[in-house]
Order: sequence, then structure tokens, then C-alpha cells
Amino acid sequence: MRARWPALGLALLAGGVAAGEIGPSERRSGRDFMSAETRAMQADDNSNPGMLWVLQGEQLWSDPAGSKNLSCASCHGEATESMKGVAARYPAFDDASGKPIDLAGRIARCRTERQGAEIPAREGDELVALTTYVAHQSRGLPVAPPADERLAPARAEGRRLFETRMGQLDLACASCHDDNWQGRLGGSAVTQAHPTGYPIYRLEWQAVGSLQRRMRGCMVGVRAEPFAYGSDAYVALEAYLMSRAAGMAMETPGVRP
Amino acid sequence: MAGDCHGMIDRRELLTAGGASLLVCALPGSALARPSLAEAVAGFTGGAPVQTGRVTLTIPPLVENGNAVGVNLAVESPMTAADHVRRIALFNEKNPQPDIAIFTLGPRTGRARIATRIRLATSQTVVAVAEMSDGSYWSSSASVIVTLAACIEDLS
Amino acid sequence: MTRALVNVPKTAKRGDVIDVRAMIAHPMETGYRMGPNGVPIPRDIITRFECLYDGEIVFAAEFFPAMSANPFISFSTVATASGTLTFRWTDDAGKVETATAEIAVS
Repeated sequence: MRARWPALGLALLAGGVAAGEIGPSERRSGRDFMSAETRAMQADDNSNPGMLWVLQGEQLWSDPAGSKNLSCASCHGEATESMKGVAARYPAFDDASGKPIDLAGRIARCRTERQGAEIPAREGDELVALTTYVAHQSRGLPVAPPADERLAPARAEGRRLFETRMGQLDLACASCHDDNWQGRLGGSAVTQAHPTGYPIYRLEWQAVGSLQRRMRGCMVGVRAEPFAYGSDAYVALEAYLMSRAAGMAMETPGVRP
Repeated sequence: MAGDCHGMIDRRELLTAGGASLLVCALPGSALARPSLAEAVAGFTGGAPVQTGRVTLTIPPLVENGNAVGVNLAVESPMTAADHVRRIALFNEKNPQPDIAIFTLGPRTGRARIATRIRLATSQTVVAVAEMSDGSYWSSSASVIVTLAACIEDLS
Repeated sequence: MTRALVNVPKTAKRGDVIDVRAMIAHPMETGYRMGPNGVPIPRDIITRFECLYDGEIVFAAEFFPAMSANPFISFSTVATASGTLTFRWTDDAGKVETATAEIAVS
């Protein structure tokens, strides 16, 4: 497969990087790979476009919704207090379904079961804004995957998926993000795929989107059939990526090219 | 052939030319016939001479994504009632249309310094033209290399 | 729901030139893009931005499709008196969205 890449116009310029998992001291946020301009856009809340989604999420948080006419705030109070550090601990194990659930899935569950609202669309404005607002309350706090043994199988499955070659280009996530993170793919930095800034404002999208949307983009990129939003496979990948980034600071909303 | 889009095309011509001429016809006219950078500037100045200087246009020489390119503009001017910048226009060389934005300033703006974010479809030249209260025009230009994302992503 | 972030200093001295920043959520759809299956996506942009200081326009801009989505603009104005800065964005359909900020001038 490797020989085909140049023909496809792709060039992975690996600088003699040893393959395999990234050591703790080598871990770097995607932010560190960006241009000074993009970093500056993220750093200033008055210029970070992701803050527009935080603002929308803040409004939605206290807007009554659904047949029960309850807002998020009706139960959870001030998000600045009650949601602090919450996103850093997701995906978490969900007792009701008996499997791990991601933050957007948890919020969607609240919307339907507690508020009696319609199921919010994955990647729809409402769910993305609420997720961004909740995740923003963890900005600056370390990623803290729960010490819950029930999550171990999902993390293992996520790692397996991360290391499984897929698609017509026959690439695994790990082919780039473990083995060639110091390289570039065309003009783009490859990065280590730490999910510290999600949901992110991506210049390519011109909007805020979730980690699952980002993974979908990579799957389409390697010409694989993407998983369904909210699927166990994506949640498992999220669980693995968060465990891989344990201790790194949350940045939501991150800005990425 | 392309110039004949709306003229008579006989069946044989259509067949030999294939779908190409039809595709050309289907494209929005403005995308094909956009005014050049010079024409766009002349449209703004009304043909008045444009001098180089007084305007500082700062754009990173290489950007990671053309969807949001940071632009900083500054014009040397006391910004008084008697002597100020009236308008500043931004134009591009290779987008589907040359205009980007036209800013209107005055003495109450205090300082002729603007920052914004623009779209650049590809690597190209960007020009800023300032119209002063005395009717003179000043400009500055910058070239930008726009790197394209390595991976395509479908819309949805 | 208007989603706009405006930044104006809360206080200033009379005559100070202050920095003002404004950003609004808007797709700024160019009209040049094709959606899935080659269907053109209709143009939908903000065409005009105005900043009024106690009712008088102190800065304005005309936008074209080459302005980025969620348009961001930073400019200046002279702090003349305590009052309200009003930000007004008008789109292709004539819809107007506004945001305001107060400033205390001493």
C-alpha cells in the first residue's frame, strides 16, 4: 500500500520516528502543532469563534425545553459549578444502558428522558452547543478518565480500532497519530490525536463539531465507511483517546485548521 | 466554443464537443468573467490614480486554511475631521469575485486600524486600498500561500 | 437567537481611542458551493455591519462572500461620553441582528 501514496498525492514525511504508543513525556496537544495565528485565535475568547457556540450553549442551558418544561439549570443549577470537570471524565459508564456513553449522548439522554424533548440530532446546533458549553466548564482541568473497571473493555476495543487498518488506503489511526505524528500530510501537521479541545472550531468546517465528526473526517479520508454517530465504536474510540490523554489540560473550545 | 454558449449549437457539434461546453454554460457567469484585480480597484477609485504607501496590510505569508485568514490593516492618518480615512477596501486576485469588504471610517473611528478574517480560495495576492478625505487613494498588497487540507471530507 | 460576542472596555477616559471587537455566528454561505449531489447551496451572507455610538455610526462595513464564516472584526472608536454602543448586522434577506455594550466615560 505504501508505494501507492505518492500516486495519490499524499506524502507522509516521517522523520525516522519509532513506531508505537507515544510516551507520556512526548505527549503534545494538537494546539502545539498549529501556526501562531491559529493558536492566537484559540487563546483569545473574543476572537475564538468556538465561543459563539459556548454562548449559545449557555442560553440553551437555562431555556426550558420539552414536554416537562424543564431547563438543564432546573436540575443542575449553575453549569459553572455543577459541570466543572464533568467533560474531562467522559465517556463514562452508563448504568441504564449497561455500556459507556459519551458526553453528547448523555446530554441527549437528559433532553429526551428528563426534559421530555425530541432526540437532538447528533452534530445538530443544539446538541453541539450544549456539549461545547458543558465541556468548556472543564477548560484548564486535566483529562481524568474514571477509574471504572467497567470501561476497560471499551478502552481495549477503542485501542483495537485505533490500531486496525481500514479503508481503501489501508491506514489505521495509529499509522499516522502514533507512528508519524511528527510528520506532515501535505501541508497539514499530523498531530498525536489527543481529544483535549473538543468540541472544536475547525476552520475547515467553519463551525464547531464533535470528536466523532473529526473521526468521521479521518475515516472518509482513508476511504473507509464511517461508523454511525453515537455508535459503540466511536464511543470506544473516544474512551481510548481520553485514557491516552489522561492528565493533559482540556481546551474546549479548541481551534484547529 | 465556450463563447457560443447561448448561440446555436448543432447536434453534431454538441456530440463532438461532448458535455464540456454544456458544463461551461451551466457555471455561473460571474465565476467565469470576474473582473481582474486591477478592474476591481479601478471600480472602487473611479479610475483615480492609486499611490503606494500609507497603508500597511499584514497577512501571514503562509496559512493553514483559506477559510479564515487573519488580516490586519493600518493606515497612516491623524483621523481628524479635516484629515481622515474615509474608506478602506480589500480585494483579492483569484476568488470567484474580487471584493472582500469595504470599511467606512471617520474622525469618530479614532484610529485607522482594522483586523478581520477573510476567505482565500487559493494562493494569491490581496490588495488594500484606502480612500482619504482629500480624495487621494493609497494602497498596499500582500501575497499569501494557502495550503490545502490533505484529506478530503464529504459534505454532511 | 442572535449569537454575537462584542467586546468594549467598560470604562475609558474622554478622548481615549478604544479597541472594539465584534463577532457573530453566521455561515456566510458564499453561493459558490455545491452541496451533496451537486445541488448549489444558495448564497446567505451578512452584507452590512454597523457600529453606532449613542445612535451615530462610528464605523461601518460592507461584506462580500470572501468574508469568513462567523465574521470577526476589530476596530477603534473615540470614547466621547458614557453611553451605548450598538452593533448591527444586516443579511441578504434584510434580517437585522443587534448587540449592545455599555461604556462609562469619565
